[in-house]
Amino acid sequence: MSDFKAIIAKRKRQDFLFNILGIICTLVGILTLAALLVDLFMDGATRLNWTFLTSFPSRFAERAGILSSWVGTLLIMLVTAFAAVPLGVSAGIYLEEYARRNWLTNLIEINIANLAGVPSIIYGLMALGLLVYQFRLGTNVLTGGLTLAFLILPIVIVATREALRTIPQGIREAAYALGSTKWQVVRHHLLPYSLGGTMTGIIIALSRAIGETAPLITIGALTFIAFLPPPPIKPQPPFVSLEWLWSPFSVLPIQMFNWVSRPDQDFVLNAAGAGLVLIVVTLLLNAVAIMIRYRVRKRIKW
Amino acid sequence: MDEIPNLQHPVAAAADLSVNQPPSETPTARRRLSRIKERFIEALLFLAAFSSVAITLGIVGILVYESSTFFAHVPLKEFLTAPLWTPLFASPRFGIMPLVLGTLVTTAVALAVALPIGTIVAIYLSEFAPPTVREIIKPALELLSAVPTVVYGYFALQFMSPLLQKLIPGLPTFNMLSAGVVMGIMIIPYVSSLSEDAMRAVPMSLREGAYAMGANRIITAIKVVYPAALSGIVASYILAISRAIGETMIVAIAAGMQPNLTIDPREPAATITAFIVQVSLGDLPHGSIGYQSIFAAGVTLFIMTLLFNILGYILRKRFREVY
Repeated sequence: MSDFKAIIAKRKRQDFLFNILGIICTLVGILTLAALLVDLFMDGATRLNWTFLTSFPSRFAERAGILSSWVGTLLIMLVTAFAAVPLGVSAGIYLEEYARRNWLTNLIEINIANLAGVPSIIYGLMALGLLVYQFRLGTNVLTGGLTLAFLILPIVIVATREALRTIPQGIREAAYALGSTKWQVVRHHLLPYSLGGTMTGIIIALSRAIGETAPLITIGALTFIAFLPPPPIKPQPPFVSLEWLWSPFSVLPIQMFNWVSRPDQDFVLNAAGAGLVLIVVTLLLNAVAIMIRYRVRKRIKW
Repeated sequence: MDEIPNLQHPVAAAADLSVNQPPSETPTARRRLSRIKERFIEALLFLAAFSSVAITLGIVGILVYESSTFFAHVPLKEFLTAPLWTPLFASPRFGIMPLVLGTLVTTAVALAVALPIGTIVAIYLSEFAPPTVREIIKPALELLSAVPTVVYGYFALQFMSPLLQKLIPGLPTFNMLSAGVVMGIMIIPYVSSLSEDAMRAVPMSLREGAYAMGANRIITAIKVVYPAALSGIVASYILAISRAIGETMIVAIAAGMQPNLTIDPREPAATITAFIVQVSLGDLPHGSIGYQSIFAAGVTLFIMTLLFNILGYILRKRFREVY
């Protein structure tokens, strides 16, 4: 009997010890994230002020700012979203609602799964060879945005499909019963109902694209740029201009990379400042995505 | 055309008894138009889906095209066996091995961190943690993979490297160890989240069987749940490996940019990805051997990730359990 008690005590002890180990390992991840944020904040907060946000990069660390790089990031994201969202959502709709079960659909599905595993720098090499040189588009906001659009396309497609899959089949059947065509079902029912899930996926994808550095360096983005792209709005007709698409650019992560690899400690502080801006934007995007997901889950009860 | 204004669906039209002839014989102009429109939209949507295949073709095509000119210059034997990678020197050598070793060493360090920690976290979250803790910890850990990699590079160089220098005397500022450790922490959520999903999908009855035999939680987790979920767990390991091999900014910032034929993680060394970044930062003329060398490096990287993905596919099939 005492043997039995001893065995039980031993097993309980094992469970207790593993519980502790699990908590420690979880804390390794959480504490590293905290250390990273604190470290970045301690270094970067001193540099973060209005002049830092509105100045061009400079040879002198204290005068340098991130104006051209955050404008670049913004424009690149604009192109990326305009290219990846319609393309990805359409592809998702096709695969989930239209595609017949055949070898072609299988090929497309396997291909999307594999694309998600291709290293981002490979996308950069593809864009360099194809867009920059074969199509002679050069290195500009347009090619940079398209490169990142290719990169996040699988994420958008998968998110769209998952959102569509949560809509009960009865909704589709009800719409067909009233005489809707397939496109009418998609346009008036499936797209609005899946909007929450799709938006979450799109925001997560964009937050990933914002931090991407390697593919843009590969296509030859500038690391030092002291002018802004031409403005999209003009005083004289036709009032809008797409000239900025052809402008050279830099982005926040590239600016940060440029500063972090310098031996001068003042520039490293600048890198921390740029990193702080970058991580705040990324975390905000993620928070928005989590909020949308939460609200959609709460509101929709099929 | 005005007789049946809103009937566009063939089933609905056939059900309408006021139409004497079958609708397929005398389709009205509007119905024909709507059918054309439907076809057109479907074709557009198909093109969007097919664009993903076009991207893959673009990747493979460009890599093959650009590196074929490289391999016309450099024999494959030199590429695979030469101990030096100095494509930009006056007397260039083109041995990819130093870069491959750099990639494998940083990947190994990252996996040594991520696989044990990620697996333990997954077991803890799936089998031990109360649901409320799990609901908070899981998204919090996933934020680790949302942080931009260039920020991790900064962290590796400015925080991890000085920290490790205190523990290991004589460690240079740029080293593969700190880059690998930080990379490992970055990929913890890939392992923990996916493995946890796989473990939670294991039916409760298996655990109950083990408990009934007198097993405690940890024995059940290791001997019953882990093997049952192995297919999904292996998938998460493979994803972690692909991430580590393809990771660029952390190693480019913290591991140094010099190709170095070594397996000692305390030394600095360039990885395949770091080399591509380094060359791209300079201004290489299109068509030069240096320009082609980044595509040759890219092909090597692509093949390495492809091999691991195929391996993962085979392992997943082998370990698949059906309940």
